[in-house]
Parts: sequence; structure tokens; C-alpha cells
Amino acid sequence: MSEPTAGRHLLSIADLGPDGIAEVLRVAESFAEVERRAIPKVPTLRGRVVATLFFEESTRTRISFETAAKRLSADVVSLALASSSVKKGESLRDTVETVEAMGIDAVIVRHGAAGAPQRVAGWVERAHVINAGDGWHEHPTQALLDCFTVRQVLAERAGVSPLSLGTECFAGLRVLIVGDIAHSRVARSQVLAYHALGARVALCAPGSLLPPSLEGWPVTVAGDLDDALGDADVVSLLRLQAERGSGAFVPSLREYTARYGLTARRAAHLSKDAVVTHPGPMVRGVEIASEVADLPAAVVTRQVANGVAVRMAVLFLLLGAPGAEVPR
Amino acid sequence: MAERERSHTRPLGGVFVPHSQVLSAADVQRALTRMAHEVVERNGGLDDVVLIGLQTGGVPLALRMAELLSDVEGEAVPVGTLDVAFYRDDIGLRPVLPEAVTDIPCDITSKLVVLVDDVLFTGRTVRAALNALSDYGRARVVQLAVMVDRGHRELPIRPDFVGKNLPTRRDEMVDVSDDGVAIGRLEAR
Repeated sequence: MSEPTAGRHLLSIADLGPDGIAEVLRVAESFAEVERRAIPKVPTLRGRVVATLFFEESTRTRISFETAAKRLSADVVSLALASSSVKKGESLRDTVETVEAMGIDAVIVRHGAAGAPQRVAGWVERAHVINAGDGWHEHPTQALLDCFTVRQVLAERAGVSPLSLGTECFAGLRVLIVGDIAHSRVARSQVLAYHALGARVALCAPGSLLPPSLEGWPVTVAGDLDDALGDADVVSLLRLQAERGSGAFVPSLREYTARYGLTARRAAHLSKDAVVTHPGPMVRGVEIASEVADLPAAVVTRQVANGVAVRMAVLFLLLGAPGAEVPR
Repeated sequence: MAERERSHTRPLGGVFVPHSQVLSAADVQRALTRMAHEVVERNGGLDDVVLIGLQTGGVPLALRMAELLSDVEGEAVPVGTLDVAFYRDDIGLRPVLPEAVTDIPCDITSKLVVLVDDVLFTGRTVRAALNALSDYGRARVVQLAVMVDRGHRELPIRPDFVGKNLPTRRDEMVDVSDDGVAIGRLEAR
């Protein structure tokens, strides 16, 4: 357990594997303790510089990463697309090389194009690259914080510490992902993460919002949400990605809600121990009814809070690993 | 003297192969009893005393010392645990990972904190522990109790209560367990 299993970059959940995910979840518990302190800051990454390069809008992910880096005492620079040279026509590669030339240790990338963080990882010489969401591809830290939150809830209910559950609590766990799977990077990372930990993943979405092919995906597809809900231990709701055009894939929002929204009526089908997650931002009244979002089973706010601890763990495991350049 | 898996020993895990037993389990118990009495004597009782065991080797010792202290004085002493991974000065130089979640049971401000660890070597863990502790509050006094002081300090740190002063070579390894204290070496798995 003493040798970190994380690689140099975090581009996909597949980079971690089951042991890497377990390690992130384990270390994140220590950072969750840091967050409970009166002064939630440790000197761990003093002198390191972390840059956030967000080519797409974001509130929670960016703030979460920046808070995580600051609580580790790293310095944070954030490149806002609107005010950067990207607007003047600079290419992604030149932007990244400029940033790295300034001695930045980690680059956190969000980009509308799937694979952009992989490209960035190929260009950097010594910086670590973390994928904060690329197109429809992946959003690994979101899936990690979902797993962390689910384990935390399971541990609380069992009256034990989350660490004592390890990752065995995920074995056979029934996870149901509902909503716009096709356009969701969160869904892809969740499928990989939950599957790696031994959970059974089912998808439920209108045919037009499922990927064209699910070949190779370790999932089953549930036809009817009402039936599927009762069998799920974890229900992950996804937002209808209107900005990616997914509104055009359903006849109307009202019909989508009627068949795939977690309405108050439908929430009655949930098993009493079910955990409902949502990566945010929630659109109340579409994929989740407002009164359901406020039920104790819905852990959305807790996911946001845990996001910082999980991202601290990811930053620590990547930047604190031996061989990473030390500025002294 | 049994070989023992040492997965958590930094920088890397391995198998501890002992070559000489220094203290038996009974010796360790006697030393702890003496140290408990010294803690009471030095501090004129147990008012405001908080024991904090350093993860992982110091934790069982802190728990045992707390038991002894309550036998001696008839009052319970709060016991906490501290993991110093995030405060180490060798992050990025070798694998550093937290081994357990820190648990400080009470506000330590103006308390009398006794840090407990199994082996005092370079002093770097204690340095990290002092920094970590200051993030939880301003203790009135911090004292250090160790089962073994093996020398080779790299920082100006000294213990207040010592179970055994043990001259060692730098490349040796000292193992404190329920079976006592042994010197040996760490072999790769």
C-alpha cells in the first residue's frame, strides 16, 4: 500500500484501475478530515503551481479544483478562455506550451473536444495533466467523487468508517444511470469506475440518448424506469445536455420528464436504501423533481463537498509522487 | 524472533528480518509503565494531558499508555491519533501516503500534549507532527514519548520520555511490536 499506483496523468478512469480508484478513495478520506478542521489547509504541495485551463464554462468543477489546490498550499493560476490569447487565435498546443514554459506543475483541462486532455498530455514535458471533462468522453474526478460519496453514505448507514468498507461495498452494488447517456462524459467515467469496483451498472434512457453502440460496455439497458428504480441501490441522474443539442433528441422536455424524470410519484418506487446522485447542475423539474432533490436520499450537496477532498487526493497522488519534480 | 511484513514502512514496504531481540514484550510493558509514571510526575498529575499517537507505530503505544495512566491516577486521558503524511518534507522524493485518518478528540489549545511514537530516528516525523499539531490549535506544552531512541538525529529534537536508548547503525532497522523490540534489516519482498 505504500507505493502510489497512480500514473503521471489522470485522463480516464481507465488510467487508475481498481487499485488506483481504491487508493484515491482511501487518501480522500484523509483529506476529508483536513476539510473538517477549523483551518482546512495543509502545506503538502507548497511551491507547486496548478493551472486550470477551461475551454468550456464550469462553475463547480473549476472552483472545486482550485479550492482543492489551495487547500494543499499549491499556487493556482486560472486561464479563463474569454480573456486569454485563445481568443486571439492561439492554438491549444501553443497555449499549453506557454503555460508549461512558466514552470507549471499540473494542468487541469476542460475542453469541448473529446481527447483534448490526451493531446495536451502528449505535448507537456513535465507537467501532470488532469482531465476535468472532455466533450462526451470522460470526467474522471466526477465519477471518483460519486463513488466516494456513495461509500460514505453506506458507511454512515452501517455505522462504520468508510475506510473499513474498502471497496468491497461496491461488489454487486446495483447502479442505475438515468438520462442523457450519449452526451454525458460523466456517464462514461461512472460506468468505468463502478464496473472496475465490481458494481453492476444498468442504463436507462430514451433510445435517442443512448450511444449508437454499447458494444464493449459492461452494462445492461433497462427499458422502463419505474421497474428499474426498485432494483437500484444507486441512482445516478444526468442532466439533459441542452448545450450539446440533446434537447433535439427528445420530443419535448415534458415528455422526457414524464418517462425518465425522477418525479415525486416515481421516487416512491425507490428502494428505501437507495442513494440518488446527480453531478450537477441540476435542472429541477426536468430530470429530477424539486421535492425529490431535497429528499435525504439525494446527496447532491454532499457530492459537491466531497469533490474538494477527492480532487485534493488526485492532486496529491499525482504531484506528490516521487520523480515528480520538486522545486527546491 | 519472527520475520514480519512491514508494508507501511517508508520508503517502501518489505520484510523485517530481525537479528537481535533488544526488549521482550514484558520489558516494553515495564518501560511503558515507567514512562507513564514519569508523565504524571513531570506534569504534576494529568490535568489537561492529551496523548497523541503518531500513525501507525505510536498509536497502540499511546492507547496502552493511556490505560496505564488511568491505573496510576484513576482518571481517563483523551487519546488521539495523528497522521503526518501531508506535513512531511520528503513529499516528491519518495512515496508518501497517509496511513490512517487523523483523529484529534478534543481542542488541544492550552492543553498539555504528549506525542507518542515507537521509534525516534532522524526526527523528521516529529518535526512534521509538530507542524501538523499547530494546525489543530496552540498546545500549552508539547512533550515527546518514544519507546526507542535510536540516535542519528537530523534535526534539533529530543524526547522527554524514553523507553530505551538504543545505539544503532543507520542502515539497521528497529521494529517495535507486541513481541517487543528487535533490531534487524528490511529486505525487499
